[in-house]
Amino acid sequence: MTLNDIKGILNAQVLTGEQFLDRKVSSAFGSDLMSDVLAFVDNSSVLLTGLTNPQVIRTAEMIDLFAIIFVRGKRPSDEIIKMGQRNNITILMTDYTLYTSCGKLYENGLKGIEFEKGVMT
Amino acid sequence: MNKKDDTIKLEYDIIQNDFVRAGEASSNVKKILKQLGIDSKIIRRVAIVTYEAEMNIVIHSYGGKLLVEISSKKIEITAKDNGPGIEDIEKAMQEGFSTASNEIRELGFGAGMGLPNMKKCSDVLKIDSEKGKGTTVYMEIFMKSNQN
Repeated sequence: MTLNDIKGILNAQVLTGEQFLDRKVSSAFGSDLMSDVLAFVDNSSVLLTGLTNPQVIRTAEMIDLFAIIFVRGKRPSDEIIKMGQRNNITILMTDYTLYTSCGKLYENGLKGIEFEKGVMT
Repeated sequence: MNKKDDTIKLEYDIIQNDFVRAGEASSNVKKILKQLGIDSKIIRRVAIVTYEAEMNIVIHSYGGKLLVEISSKKIEITAKDNGPGIEDIEKAMQEGFSTASNEIRELGFGAGMGLPNMKKCSDVLKIDSEKGKGTTVYMEIFMKSNQN
């Protein structure tokens, strides 16, 4: 699935990184816990979150995530969008809630990450 | 950046409660490791531990320093803070244990995964903490690692 597919499925707005919409996504992770994201998410996954603070972009930067989807219509500040832009991260925003967004993507074939307890992926 | 005997030393001041800049030091470390051509799996582990350590200093201490030493054999990370110290290190190492405030939790941290994450990603982890004085977390990540 590409970011462009996700944009369509979630009826999402692209806040930055429009030029990278053909990037392929292998799985998704939905969380507001950045430590969990750091521990378990690999770099071909897309992150769905309801948090809109600079730490989300930092977290993505640390583990080379290239796409973040902000859910339930929460728009991050311009400064956060710029941080994403500087790191070549595509930022999408959807009006759906976290649960509904994840459900829609799953329904369309995008699976969650493989998780083995206590093991780094 | 000091370069001496093929060891690169990096040092950053970390400020208490500065949530806007929190992560800048780790971001800088990561960029330098990339420039040095270090293996991406090693970079990922260093990035995770430095970021968690940096957030810990921002969240829990009165300020401190992040020190990173890069040699051909290993990367050493020291997070040293002035702060209240950790009362019970064994407890702090448990997944899910946290003393962070709701304000911190709203930032996506304080879920009790910081130290466990650091342990998972490092080859050596030593914590030295004195109540009322501060905490030093020392970690080593080997260039040739048993971990994937």
